Amino acid sequence: MAANYAIDILKSNEADILRDWLLDLQAGGWGEGGRFSQGSDWQGQAKELLRLIVNSARGGMPDIDSPDAAPLREFLQDLSRSLAARGATSTQTATFVFSLKKPIFTRLRQAYGDDAQKLAEGIWSTTEMIDKMGLYTVASFQQSREAIIARQQEEMLELSTPVVKLWEGVLALPMIGTLDSSRTQIVMESLLQRIVETGSETAIIDITGVPTVDTLVAQHLLKTVTAIRLMGADAIISGIRPQIAQTIVHLGIDLQGITTKASLADALTLAMKRTGFAVTRSAAATGG
Amino acid sequence: MERIPILRIGEFLLVTIQVDMHDQMALALQEDLTERIDKTGAKGVLLDISALDMVDSFIGRMISNISSVSRILSASTVVVGMQPAVAITLVELGLNLPGVLTALDAERGMALLRKNIGAGVDDAGDAQ
Repeated sequence: MAANYAIDILKSNEADILRDWLLDLQAGGWGEGGRFSQGSDWQGQAKELLRLIVNSARGGMPDIDSPDAAPLREFLQDLSRSLAARGATSTQTATFVFSLKKPIFTRLRQAYGDDAQKLAEGIWSTTEMIDKMGLYTVASFQQSREAIIARQQEEMLELSTPVVKLWEGVLALPMIGTLDSSRTQIVMESLLQRIVETGSETAIIDITGVPTVDTLVAQHLLKTVTAIRLMGADAIISGIRPQIAQTIVHLGIDLQGITTKASLADALTLAMKRTGFAVTRSAAATGG
Repeated sequence: MERIPILRIGEFLLVTIQVDMHDQMALALQEDLTERIDKTGAKGVLLDISALDMVDSFIGRMISNISSVSRILSASTVVVGMQPAVAITLVELGLNLPGVLTALDAERGMALLRKNIGAGVDDAGDAQ
């Protein structure tokens, strides 16, 4: 095997390399009070990584894509995940791995300083392996970041579509955030389902929390209102802010045939009026 | 051939669709209903589609057609009990069913029909 100088050095100097590496990491802000090392066993992680590299080696430096290196890959994934959860950047995560180069190079130079051929081969195989590991770390770092983002988006979707019962036969849907196709679909489904469950005759869609209304959003709103009408209930859109009212007019969106109210209170008053309820102040009632 | 029954309740006709409707059946229903309205002089039609959980554009248009035909024969149609999935499908298909009256359930639909027709009767009663 041509390129096993590096792994030989690594095996015979594991403890020394680890010590140097830890010192380097410490200098790079990983030590006591470091932001990403806090509450984590970063020294243990470094030691474990080094041990896994030595264990995965088959003749030369371990190939991260080979089946033998499966535990190594898993370890790197865990490392990226825990760093991502603690808010580290991908650079910082990769630096953790890349900083292993220097101590290994130092040992290689000490051992083969007078043999340029061996030194170059050793450095090349080390670089190849560590670069692959670093890239793998960055890739899995991004994956775990994306997983976190996807989960948060899903949670937001569920959080932002509550259907509340305002009064006997009156449902309200306070919409928060931008309306896109997938959200409208979920909003529409949950609202229609609740209309069936409760037998409510009026549904108020409050768009106070919708930052902008463009033609697409308006189209989604129209669809929802039409679906509510087809089910046999009435829809009222409330919470249209002055700027949004102007935008709607400027865009030439036709909201004819749709009941709109400025505030949720107005919409509720109208809904109660339709169902025959009247609100009276008790003082006024006793006075009259 | 299988046909959808049309029941007469006073001056209204009640049509309850309880099976998966195929196109032939829908056409037969439209024909039967038109005849029955003509024969009985019904003032209103209550179309209960609460058991219908799948629609296509044809059935959607059929619902719209039934409503239009009844209106010409001076009977108003109320579609009741549409399932959320059906409503969403119709909207996505672009079938807004303009002019079709809707209600959440059969009871409310019947009340709506009475109100619609009652308005005319009451006016006449006041005049006498």
